Formats: sequence, structure tokens, C-alpha cells
Amino acid sequence: MTPAIEVEGLWTQFGDHVVHRDLNLSVMPGEVVSLVGGSGSGKTTLMRQMLGLETPTRGTVKVFGIPLQDADAATLKKIRKRWGVLFQEGALYSALSVLDNIALPLRELRSFDEEFIRDMVMLKLDMVGIERRHASKMPADLSGGMIKRIALARALVLEPELVFLDEPTAGLDPDRSESFVSLIQQLHRELNLTVVMVTHDLDTLVSLSDKIAVLAEQRVIVYGTLAEAIAVQHPFIFTFFLGERGLRALSAVSAAAKLAGKGHGAVSGASKQPPV
Amino acid sequence: MQVEPAQTILDPAVNESRGGDGAPMIELSGAWDIRALESRAQRLKLHLAREAADPGKHWDLSGIQRLDHIGALLIWQAWGKHRPARLALAPAQEIFFSNLDAASAAMAAPPRDFLAPVRALGAAMLLLQEHVLGMVQLTGQIMIDSVGLVRHPLRGPWREISASLFRVGAQALSITALVGFLIGIVLSYLSSEQLKAVGANVFIVNILGIGIIRELGPVITAVLVAGRSGSAITAQLGVMRVTEELDALSVMGIPHTVRLILPKIVALSFAMPLLILWTSAVALVGGAISAEMQLGISVPNFIKSLPLAVPVFNLWLAMGKGVVFGALIALTACHYGLRVQPNTESLGIGTTNSVVTSITVVIIADAIFAVMFADIGITLL
Repeated sequence: MTPAIEVEGLWTQFGDHVVHRDLNLSVMPGEVVSLVGGSGSGKTTLMRQMLGLETPTRGTVKVFGIPLQDADAATLKKIRKRWGVLFQEGALYSALSVLDNIALPLRELRSFDEEFIRDMVMLKLDMVGIERRHASKMPADLSGGMIKRIALARALVLEPELVFLDEPTAGLDPDRSESFVSLIQQLHRELNLTVVMVTHDLDTLVSLSDKIAVLAEQRVIVYGTLAEAIAVQHPFIFTFFLGERGLRALSAVSAAAKLAGKGHGAVSGASKQPPV
Repeated sequence: MQVEPAQTILDPAVNESRGGDGAPMIELSGAWDIRALESRAQRLKLHLAREAADPGKHWDLSGIQRLDHIGALLIWQAWGKHRPARLALAPAQEIFFSNLDAASAAMAAPPRDFLAPVRALGAAMLLLQEHVLGMVQLTGQIMIDSVGLVRHPLRGPWREISASLFRVGAQALSITALVGFLIGIVLSYLSSEQLKAVGANVFIVNILGIGIIRELGPVITAVLVAGRSGSAITAQLGVMRVTEELDALSVMGIPHTVRLILPKIVALSFAMPLLILWTSAVALVGGAISAEMQLGISVPNFIKSLPLAVPVFNLWLAMGKGVVFGALIALTACHYGLRVQPNTESLGIGTTNSVVTSITVVIIADAIFAVMFADIGITLL
């Protein structure tokens, strides 16, 4: 199977500052992969390079097997229809209503009539759990959690195979971020999406990811399940996962998994840790 | 077309056949996803609607290779937004249709509002009142702040004032000079054509002197500054509102009128008279050069006769206008900047309104000046 995303020998340099040094990463279809790393480790830059918003200094980024750097405009356009992106702040167009925001990608195709587009928007609103009466509102009148959900609906409206999430739960309260995570889980199950996300939130990380790519020292120091990642001896991994915050998140998740009676594959490593 | 290792994905197709009990059966096959439907949606929708007109038909969707919400919605709409009585689905397809079943009727259209024009008029009036009140409040606040500045001059925002002076004054010198020079040449050229015809060549000095120093210089400079610095001030304050920088100042106990608005008003009130002086001077030079070429009045002669034709009062009037115009432009720009809502569209509207309003306000103020000083400073020969 062709990987959904394949990064090979990627170098990123800003002047003398090297962000990525010979970085390799591949994401298989249907996987949920999280990029983690300290500030300045180049998570967001890597994601922007996967999206074709930035060009790496050296190396290739292939999406659906097609190298983004060499692709012509028509191929790029085709690729861009097959992925959806949830930006950190939602990036809803503030001049357009919720309905128009979600309808925009569909209308751009110019192949569906207005009634179809309207029904599709309503369906997507239902899927992300937003009431239909909010469809005519402007983004400025919405709360942060609603903006994220609507931005997700917009990202999903073209039925993408691949979804990028930039800090999906940043700025949401625990309750909302919980429900947002389960929403993404449910959508992933239903639509069999490939998900690439950047997150700092351990709860999100633990409950969503199949695989974790830890970025440090200008490369991916470990790429595997949570248990595999934790097993690696590295100062960043130690402070990130096994610091006080990390242990709390891990033990909470493993306790919840025990209660629910179903072990998440990744949690088995975490349950060895003593509960805090 | 995408090629998967296992099987080739086919184009969406609608086939008719006979079911086991002899009833007509519609079998759908191929890919019913957005990639395949993008180019065929309208045709397939019509086809399906024709088939769905007969409610007794069997529908078999299990032959579909790929289905997504787009395809499901297209089929569901053809069915008249409910499932047909006899339907065969593959287990994996169930989810798309159960999502659709949950979708109830679309939103009702809002009832028609017959009072809309009246409401619009009322809203416009209230908006006008809000603007006037806002301007008065801002002016009052600035007055109070100015008193504070006079009483504690050392604590004044001098660095900000100096930065603003540089930006609205020094950096505007080149553009105002260019525009002034061209206006001077054009005005002189057009007037000399007329004056030559009646043999009143010497009056070019009076026309240009009074016209430029008293009226054109101040107004043109004000329009340029409103477009250049007024828009910049509104956009700057607007972005600070969007990024919550204004709120950050407030919670630190730093009143933004003192730090942000007062410096701009002081700077523009100082810079405008000087800019007007500069623009008028350059425009007169342009006019004099054009007069020499058109009418043969030498530039030294032009300059020598200027004080006789234009009383000094006109210069003071121009400077006075400069102070007033500068303050008005800065006030209007700040007023609109503070009203920007935290979204991108409001920023654009605010900046446009700011420039349009400040130019209008400047022209109105100029008219008031013209009436007040109608018979002062003009020598009748």
C-alpha cells in the first residue's frame, strides 16, 4: 500500500538555523499519527511542508505517493481536494456565515446545486454536533469550541481521505476537548480517515493516536506506539511523558480503560506506571 | 482514476434488472464518491430521480465499491429524502444513510419583515447618534488627557509623539511635494491659457498665490494625509483591537487614549501646518516654472510680486486650517480604529469609512473657514 504521507531526507534551514536534519517519516492510510516535540522542534513547520505551504530546503514530501515539490498546479489541486485541514484557530472566513463557510469548498467545485449543498452542510453540522440554527450565524458570534467544530465540518465537507489537525484541543475546556476528541475518534472510525495532528495535549495524544512521532534533535527520535515512545531514553520524552503532568494523564487514561474494560493498545505501557 | 491493488474502481453506474420476485430492481455499482461524482452529479441525479419515481422498485446498493456522504446524499435526495421501501445495503454503507436519516427537515426560512425599511432607517439614525456620541466622548477624553499632559509634562508620551511626527510628517514630504508640484504646474498651465486670451498675464501670481496658499494647499495636503496616515492609524488601532493589545494596555492601567491617541492627534496637529507650508511652496514653484514657460514671467519676478498679491494673513489662515484639519483627521481615524470589531471584514470597512469620513469632515471644515474669513486676506485691485 502506498503511504498516505512519505517524508524522505527532509532538511529545513532558516539561515544558519537547522530545524530538520535528514528527517524521515511515513504515515500509512487509516493511521492516526501525532507529531510531538518541544517548542521550536519544527512540528508546525513539518505539517506546513506536508500541506505544501512551505518548501523544505532539501528532501521530498510525498502525499498519496505524489511529490509535492515537483507536482504541477493541476495535480496539486487534485491532492488538495483529497485532504482537509483544521487550523489551530479554526481560520473560518469572518466575512461569511457558518453555512457559507462550510459550503465554500463544495461551491468551488461547481458541480452541485444549491439544495444539495445546503443539505450537505446541514449533514456535516449534525456530524460535528452543531445545531442547525447556528448555520446563519457569523463566526464572530460563536464560542471557541463551536468554531473548532465548524472548522472541522469545513475540513470534512469534501470527504477527505487525509485530515490534518493543528492543536485540535488547544483553547478548549476539558469537557469540550473531551467531546472533541471523541468526535474525531468517531469520525475516524466511520470515515476511515488518515489523521496527522500536532498536539501538546497529553490527553488528546494518548486517546487518539495510533502512532506518535517525537521530534527532537532535528529529527524523529522515535516513531511508534505510545509504549514504544515511552520506552526510549531521552530527556524530552522523560519530561514530556513521565513528568508529573504526563503521568497524571497516562494513569487517568489507563484507569478509564480498565473501568471501560477495554485496553487501548497503547496504554499497556502506561499502566505499569504507579498511579499518582 | 485511482487504482487500488485489489480491484479497479469503476465509474458510477445505474443498472436495471429483475429481482427474485420479478419486481424491477435498480442496482448501483462503481464509485459513488466525490471524486467520481464531481463531474457527473447533475446527470446521475436526474437519472436516479427518474428511476425513483416508481416507489415499488427494489434498490440494491451493495454493489457500490466506494460510497461517501456526497454519494449517499445524492441518492437520498433522489429518493425524496427518505429510504425506499425495499433497499439492500452493505453493512459498511449503513452509517452514511443513518446519518442522513437523522437529518430532519431543513431550516425554515425566516418570516418576511415588512417593517425592514423603517428598521433600517432607525438603525442608521442610532448609528449616527452613536458615532457623534463616540466622537464627543473621545474629544472630551483627549481634552482631559491634554490637561494631564500640561500638568505633568515629564510623564507625557513624548517618544510616541516623536515617532508619530516622523511617520506622519517627515515620511510624507516626498509624496506631498510630488502631488503639489504637479497641481501647481497644471493649475498654472490652465490659467495662463485663459489669462493670455484677455491679456491679463500678471494676474497669474494672484490666482496661484491666493488659490494655492489659501485653499488648494491645505485641502490637497489634508486629503493626502487622510489617505496616507488616517488609514494607517485606523488599521493600526483596529489590528490592536483584533489582537487584544488594546485590552492588554487597559488591564495594565495604561489608558490607551494617552499612549496611542493623544500622540497621534498632537503629531498630526503639528505636522499638518508644516506639510501644508511645504506643499504650497512646492506647488508655487511648479506654478512659477509653468508661468515662465507659458507667459514669460520669470521665476524671480513671480516670487518678488507674490507678497504684493497675497497678504500674509492667508499664510496664517492656512496654518490654522492645518492644525484643525490635522486634529480632525487624527480624531476621525482613531474613532473608527477603536470601533473595529475583532474580525477581518470590520477592519476593512472601518478603514474605508475612516478615510471617507475624514475627507468629508475636512471639506466641511474648509467650507466653514471660507465663510468665517470670507472678506479677510483678499486684496482687491
